[in-house]
Amino acid sequence: MSETTKDQNVRVEAICDQLITMEGPLLPILHEVQEEFGHIPEGALQTIAKKLNLSRAEVHGVASFYHDFREEKAGKHVIKICRAEACQAMGADALGDQVRRHLRVDWSQTTADRKITLEPVFCLGLCACAPAAMVDGKVVGRVTSDRMNRILNEVGA
Amino acid sequence: MSIKVYVPLDSGAVALGANEVAAAIVQKADKAGADIQVVRNGSFGMYWLEPMVEVETPRGRVAYGPVSTDDIDALFEADFLAGGAHKLFLGRTQDIPFLKSQSRLTFQRCGIIDPLSLDDYRAQDGLTGLENALKMSGADIVKAVTDSGLRGRGGAGFPTGIKWNTVREADGDQKYIVCNADEGDSGTFADRMIMEGEPFVLIEGMIIAGLATGATKGYVYTRSEYPDAIRIMNEAIEVARSAGVLGNNVLGSGKVFDMEVRMGAGAYVCGEETSLLNSMEGKRGVVRAKPPLPALQGFLGRPTVVNNVISLCSVPVILEKGPEYYRDFGMGRSRGTIPIQIAGNVKHGGLYEVGFGMTLGEIVEQIGGGTASGRPVKAVQVGGPLGAYFPRELFDTPFDYEEFAKRDGLIGHAGVVVFDDTVDMMKQARFAMEFCAIESCGKCTPCRIGSIRGTEVVDKLERGEDPELQVDLLRDLCETMKFGSLCALGGFTPYPVLSALNHFPDDFKPRALDIAAE
Repeated sequence: MSETTKDQNVRVEAICDQLITMEGPLLPILHEVQEEFGHIPEGALQTIAKKLNLSRAEVHGVASFYHDFREEKAGKHVIKICRAEACQAMGADALGDQVRRHLRVDWSQTTADRKITLEPVFCLGLCACAPAAMVDGKVVGRVTSDRMNRILNEVGA
Repeated sequence: MSIKVYVPLDSGAVALGANEVAAAIVQKADKAGADIQVVRNGSFGMYWLEPMVEVETPRGRVAYGPVSTDDIDALFEADFLAGGAHKLFLGRTQDIPFLKSQSRLTFQRCGIIDPLSLDDYRAQDGLTGLENALKMSGADIVKAVTDSGLRGRGGAGFPTGIKWNTVREADGDQKYIVCNADEGDSGTFADRMIMEGEPFVLIEGMIIAGLATGATKGYVYTRSEYPDAIRIMNEAIEVARSAGVLGNNVLGSGKVFDMEVRMGAGAYVCGEETSLLNSMEGKRGVVRAKPPLPALQGFLGRPTVVNNVISLCSVPVILEKGPEYYRDFGMGRSRGTIPIQIAGNVKHGGLYEVGFGMTLGEIVEQIGGGTASGRPVKAVQVGGPLGAYFPRELFDTPFDYEEFAKRDGLIGHAGVVVFDDTVDMMKQARFAMEFCAIESCGKCTPCRIGSIRGTEVVDKLERGEDPELQVDLLRDLCETMKFGSLCALGGFTPYPVLSALNHFPDDFKPRALDIAAE
């Protein structure tokens, strides 16, 4: 076992130990592991499975079911654009097209320089200030085409 | 004494620059030597006026909005700290017509108080409902809720009191109150607003539910897309715990109730109560077949109340003012008030709480003020992505569970999304199928496969491949999904699809000619 894998195991085990007494600890553990590593590392599945007395397949099944959990790290910046109806009514489709063209990526992809990940999101609860987006965890409402260009500039796209 | 200035912390206001506005006001006041105290309140839900800044004056709170950082210098020059005249001046907050014409019961303190000040909450009669409940038996609390006529505000409209009674009568050493705050429907934000603006009312409602049913532990399951709501709920729970509202001795009564927040992971289907329970247990968010009802075998197989945020937040006022007070609002079998969320392409988007019975046309045209684009309204989707599209011809439909059902629609979580005449209804129908395909949990075939076939059929229709056959197939498919799916995701996806097809047939004509012409 390499030093990095060992270190990873130690960190994952520490997270499990900290949360294992919760009722239904798996989702909180996966969130915490993703917070720590930026994604759910392949090797973490086995460690979590052992701690929770589950099979690796079960943990993989859960991690792959939810849109939030990533198999690989996201780009340096994450832009989420709402694609749901209220935002569609205010031009979200055109906004999505604009960003995909600009970044030359499709939904759920990362730019070649690993700088920006573009993700669809279905509702941020900002439906009365549509179209809405979330940039590195920060919410933005009434995103016009100009506003989006400024955001893209700020993240260096 | 310092002057109180209110700038909302609500994520809708923050998305429009409230944090920057608050910082600019503090900075400018420092420079000008003005003694102010900035309070970060919840939003009143008038999003076209956000960020809306309020100042406490001798004539009451006066509002300015929408304020941007560019306006701060001019506001200080206009002496807004004394309620001075300025082009953004809106008068006294409570006199703004959108707010004044509402019946705010559930949202009575949202916007008014500092969300994390328990003193503010108590000063506005908060915890009175809980104090009353502590003097009552579980059965009497259930009776009060049943008598109020409160029905589940998540969308299903099941009587809350009956659900509570099932849990109350169930055997079990450990029972749970689970708050479904997985508000994934587009066009809805009431749960988010109240968790950010008045978290103590949700805590109070959950404790009362615990007292009524014998549950001692509560969970709020909410979305990872709501980071601010999660932070504020967690802080409010801490405050309530240290004040003895939560814990082993609720308000000194010897009763036990504690709660925590759980975060979902981006799965829409987890808003369905049985998937939600699976998700909380650390499983894939797959729907469970019913029976057994969650009331009897819910979280970890134990008796569990699963209620929507707004249902639980409506309970304290019922216990405070009595079931008759609440029941006297509304119409028919839809009693009490409903926080309607007006969104999409609309001039006055926001939250409007009112007794049931207002017509859809009044909501869209009078309250919402028509479209933001100024173009005519073409369609209104009510009840989220699984709700029907209503044409103008049905604008006389009163906001009521049964009246909407009669017209093949549903109220759902009371989100109203307005579209102008540029909307393409065939595209919206395809999106409904696509959304179902993306979010299906995969357990039942009509939803998992039907939604994919649905998008394919609409694509063929668009290409003009045997259009009459495609329409027949689409209807047949919708029938199968409606009656064959395990839960509302597959079962209700036909509502937007069929309503688009039935009310806007012109939009479903093949586009082949257009493509050929290009």
